[in-house]
Amino acid sequence: MGAYLVRRFGLMLITLFGISIIIFVLLRLTPGNIADILFDAGGYVDPADKAKIMADLGLDKSLPAQYADWMGGLLTGDLGYSYQTERPALEEIAPRIPITARLAGLALSFAVLIGVPLGVLSAVRQNTRLDYLLRVISLSGLSMPAFWLGLLILMAFVRFFGTIPIYSEEPVGFWNTLLMYSVPAAAVGFRSSALMMRLTRSSMLEVLRQDYIRTARSKGASERTINYYHALKNAVLPVVTVIGIEAAFLLGGLIVTETVFNIPGVARFLVEAIRWRDYPMVQNLVMFIAVVVVVINFIIDLLYAALDPRIKFAD
Amino acid sequence: MSTIDYNAELIAAGAHVRSRWGAIRFFIRRYPLGAIGAAIMTLVIFAACFAPLITVYDPLSTNAAVSLAPPSAQHWLGADFMGRDVYSRIVYGARISLAVGAGSMLLGCTLGVTIGLLSGYLLGWFDLITQRVIEMMQALPLLVMALIMAAALGPSLHNTIIAIAIPLVPYVARVIRANTLSLREQPFVEAAKAIGMSETRIALRHILPNTLAPLIVLATAQLGSTILTEASLSFLGLGVPEPHPSWGRMLSESAAEYVRTAPWLVIFPGLAISLAVFGTNLLGDALRDLLDPRQRS
Repeated sequence: MGAYLVRRFGLMLITLFGISIIIFVLLRLTPGNIADILFDAGGYVDPADKAKIMADLGLDKSLPAQYADWMGGLLTGDLGYSYQTERPALEEIAPRIPITARLAGLALSFAVLIGVPLGVLSAVRQNTRLDYLLRVISLSGLSMPAFWLGLLILMAFVRFFGTIPIYSEEPVGFWNTLLMYSVPAAAVGFRSSALMMRLTRSSMLEVLRQDYIRTARSKGASERTINYYHALKNAVLPVVTVIGIEAAFLLGGLIVTETVFNIPGVARFLVEAIRWRDYPMVQNLVMFIAVVVVVINFIIDLLYAALDPRIKFAD
Repeated sequence: MSTIDYNAELIAAGAHVRSRWGAIRFFIRRYPLGAIGAAIMTLVIFAACFAPLITVYDPLSTNAAVSLAPPSAQHWLGADFMGRDVYSRIVYGARISLAVGAGSMLLGCTLGVTIGLLSGYLLGWFDLITQRVIEMMQALPLLVMALIMAAALGPSLHNTIIAIAIPLVPYVARVIRANTLSLREQPFVEAAKAIGMSETRIALRHILPNTLAPLIVLATAQLGSTILTEASLSFLGLGVPEPHPSWGRMLSESAAEYVRTAPWLVIFPGLAISLAVFGTNLLGDALRDLLDPRQRS
C-alpha cells in the first residue's frame, strides 16, 4: 500500500510538470505577444520603448528561461503580476478561490444526493415507466447547455418570484450564503446529477446481474437488504471514480455558470483574463485548475484503493 | 421433444431482413429512442442544407424597426435587438453548429485514431510517451483546454474547429489504443503475419476495420460534446465570430438583460442546442446498444 501511494504521488508530480509545459506552449502559439498588444494599444511607435516593455516583462529571454522563471515563481509562491490590474496575481486569485470552492462543493453534493438515489431507483425498477422517465430526464439534463439552464432559471425567478438571483455582493450569514449559492449550484449540478444517475444505474444493473445477488435472494434475503446492502455497496465503487472525473467536468460547467450568475469566482476570472489577453494570469489560473483536478483524482485513487481490497493487495 | 424453428423465430423478430425498408423498420421497432434521435439529426441536417429554402429573411440583415419584436406572423420566433429574424438565425445556425461540431469531431477522431492505432500497434517508447502526454491532456477539463486554444489561436471558424478538435484527441486515442491492444493478440493477426503480410497492411486492413464499431459509438457521443463545446465557446465570446450566426452566441447577446423583456431570445436558441445534442445522445445510445453491447448502460 505504501509503495502504491509513493508511486501514485510521483506520477502526480510528473503529470503536473508535463501539464505546465503544455499550458506554457499552448499560450505561446500565436505570433505576437502581450508586448505587441500593449504596444499597439498604447499608440507607441518607438521600437526602443517596445524593447523596454519586453525587457520589463521578461519577454526578451528565451522560452526555456521564461518557463524557468514561471516555474521558480510558482514554487516560491510568487505568481507574478496581472497585466490588467497590476496587482500581484496571488492577491487577485486568493479571494476568488473560496467562492468557487463553495459553489463546486454545493454542486457536487447536489449531484450525488440527487443522482445516486435516482440511479438506484431507476435500476431497481428497470424498464418500468418510472425508469424511462428518469432516463429521458437525465438524457435531457446531459443535452442542455449549462448556461442555458442558468438563463432559464433566471427567467423563472423573474417570472415567479420577481427577483434575479444574480450575485451582487458577498452575502452574510449562513442561510443567506446557502440561498445565494444554491441556485447556480443547482444549475451546474443538474448535468452532473444526470451523469451520476446514469452511471449509478448502469453500475447497479451490472451488480444486480451477479451470482451472489441471486444467492442472497435464494437464501431469502429481503429485496431491501439485497438492494441496499449487497448491491449498492458494490455498485458505489465506479461512482466514486466518476466523482473524480466529474470534478474536472464541473469546473468547465462552472466557467459558464459563474458568467451567467455574475459570481466573482476563479472560473469566471479565467474568462476575463483570456479576454484581456492577460496571459500570465491565464497560465496561473489554468495551472491552478490542473492542480486541483490532479489532486482530486489522486485522492479518489487512494479512496478507491482503500475501498476495493483487490487493489490494495494487488501490489 | 419439440424442435425450435430458429429461422422462423428470427424472421418473426425482424432479423435476416433483405430489403432496406425492412432494416429501417427493424431499427425503429427495436430502438425507438434511437430512431427518434436519428429523426432529430435528419431534421438538423435538413435545416442546415436547405436553409435558404425554408427561411424568408436573411439571417444577417438588420431591421431596427422590428427590434425585439415578439413572435408573430412576420417573425415566427421573434426578432433580436438588431431586428434580425430569430427563426432564420436558428436555421442558419444549424450550419455553424453542424460544421463546427462535425468538423471538429472528424478532425479529432482522425487524429485520435491515428495516434491510438500507432500507439497500440507499435508499443515501445512511442506508446510510453504518447500515453503520458494523453494522461496530461486529460487532466484539464475539455472546455478549459478548448478555451485556451481558442484564445491562443484567435476567433475564426476554422480556429474554433481546431480548438475543439485537439482536446478530443486523447479521449479517442485512448479507446482506439485499448481496442488495438486487444485486437493484435487475435489469431487472425498472427495468421496474417505468418503469411508475410507487412505490418502496415495488417494495421490498416485487419485491425482498423475492427475498431470501427466502438469508434462509431464514440464519434456520435463526441458529436454532442463538440456541439455543446462550440455553443459554450461562442457564448463566452471566444468561439465562432461575427457574422456567422451561432446558437451559443445568440444566447450571449441576449444574456441576463433580455431575460425580462424578450424571453424568446433566450428560449429558442437554447432549445435548438438542446434538441441537437439530445438527438445525438439518443442516436449514440442506440448505436452503442446495437454495435457494442458490452458497453450497454
